[in-house]
Amino acid sequence: MFEFCADPSILPDWQWFACYLTSGTHLAFYRSFFVVMLLLAIVAPLALGMGLLGALALRSSFAPVNLLGRGYVNLIRGVPDIVFFLFVPIALGQGIEWVLHQINCPDWDQPVRQGNDFIVCREAKMPPVGASAWARNVYAFSMACVAFALVFGAFVANTLYGAMRAVPHAQVETAEAYGMTRAQAFRRVVLPQMWIFALPGLSNIWQILIKATPLLFLLGIQDVVFWARELGGAKTSL
Amino acid sequence: MRTCAESFEAYFLRPLGRAYGENLLPRGLDITFCDQLFLIGGGLMWNIYFAVLAVGIGFFLATGVALMKVSENPWLSRPAGAFIFFFRGSPLFIQFFFFYSMFVLLPRAGIDIPLGFTTLTVETRALTTAQVGGLFVLILNTTAYSAELFVGALRAIPKGDLEAADAYGLSGFAKFRRVTWPNMLRLAWPSYTNEAIFLTHSTTLVFLSAFPARQQSGEAFYYARYFVDQTFNPFIAYPLVAAYFIALTLVIIVGFGLVNRRLNRHLPRERRQRIRFRPQYIR
Repeated sequence: MFEFCADPSILPDWQWFACYLTSGTHLAFYRSFFVVMLLLAIVAPLALGMGLLGALALRSSFAPVNLLGRGYVNLIRGVPDIVFFLFVPIALGQGIEWVLHQINCPDWDQPVRQGNDFIVCREAKMPPVGASAWARNVYAFSMACVAFALVFGAFVANTLYGAMRAVPHAQVETAEAYGMTRAQAFRRVVLPQMWIFALPGLSNIWQILIKATPLLFLLGIQDVVFWARELGGAKTSL
Repeated sequence: MRTCAESFEAYFLRPLGRAYGENLLPRGLDITFCDQLFLIGGGLMWNIYFAVLAVGIGFFLATGVALMKVSENPWLSRPAGAFIFFFRGSPLFIQFFFFYSMFVLLPRAGIDIPLGFTTLTVETRALTTAQVGGLFVLILNTTAYSAELFVGALRAIPKGDLEAADAYGLSGFAKFRRVTWPNMLRLAWPSYTNEAIFLTHSTTLVFLSAFPARQQSGEAFYYARYFVDQTFNPFIAYPLVAAYFIALTLVIIVGFGLVNRRLNRHLPRERRQRIRFRPQYIR
């Protein structure tokens, strides 16, 4: 990076360190912090959206929707989350390819699963055949985002559900006495007021989310942990 | 193709090591559903091993750390606070990484500690195995999380109970054993149940990246990943491991619920704390 780095052997210590800390691997390491922050910036609103949907499903009086919401929240909390982080990207990837396969190649006569292979026609490959490395990275990254949003959506759903129930019921009754429909009462009374109850839980989940980001590494994304391993991994062993 | 009984015989005890079943794990097209069922189920024994030992040992350590944290002496409370902050503030995944890298650097032959009259040799070789080193990290981790729960409970003990103990002339260890500790446990138990559940779930992280699975003897999730890599079909192995863990979670809830009943047996029914499955965090 610096011009004096051309011959590090004659450099004084501080310059040598400057060269070392700006080597290509180190720069990639610094860049990877932005990858993690990008993930946080994308996942937070996604998880909030999933959580809102989940909480609405939990509140729903329509039995199948309610059951769906309860199943979603309890399943994700009852199973180690790492299972979902590994399951969702691969399952979703195969699902997308399968759907594309059905659409693009209706006259394909062989089964998709042959033994241990998952074979779809050329047009159904995701990311498309010949896609650039950059596109592949973006695809893998968005899969990771979906996995994170699904898992954290369940946590958020639970928090928001509790927050919605914490809004004093008398206020909802008052709103209904004024002639609002249930939806109106929810929108105008419950929704604005629930945030104050949800905020402690949400900040908790936010911390958890930050702590869960190292799992990105497992999904094959070159994040902070990946580069830290590259830099700090034991090159020798006693 | 193997029959189910054959795969049970070949693979159920295989997680203990090569001597206890087939040498090789099933590969490629040879994998049957029963193989997955029994190998993953057998792997669950390591999850139970990690969880039981970590919770069992961590429980006592956590009591100690919690008492240190609430003590007035800064020489006790500060280190306890730092310990809790470190282990609760960093991801468990990174802790495994960190400790494994550290254990690898220890000399294999053991560390000699001269004590003057004799030399103590500390065995370090076992620490790079998951069964010892991974357990060590899990113990420290659960100690920190449980200690934080216990600190909260210690601070919430009804003042009247403590004053009553004083009035009865109890002091020191007798007061702790008869009043403080049972109250602390009673108050912390519902959240401690969730902690135990979460620790059980996080045993899946042991073999994930740091500790190697010697002779391919790993825990349930290790085998699930192995099968998904082999068959490229996530829809069998992962749901299986999920089902096993749900069963394990239910067992923990029932077991801890029994203890909770005993801890609350002196209270009127409406004041008892119910255990609610409310995990607040992942690691």
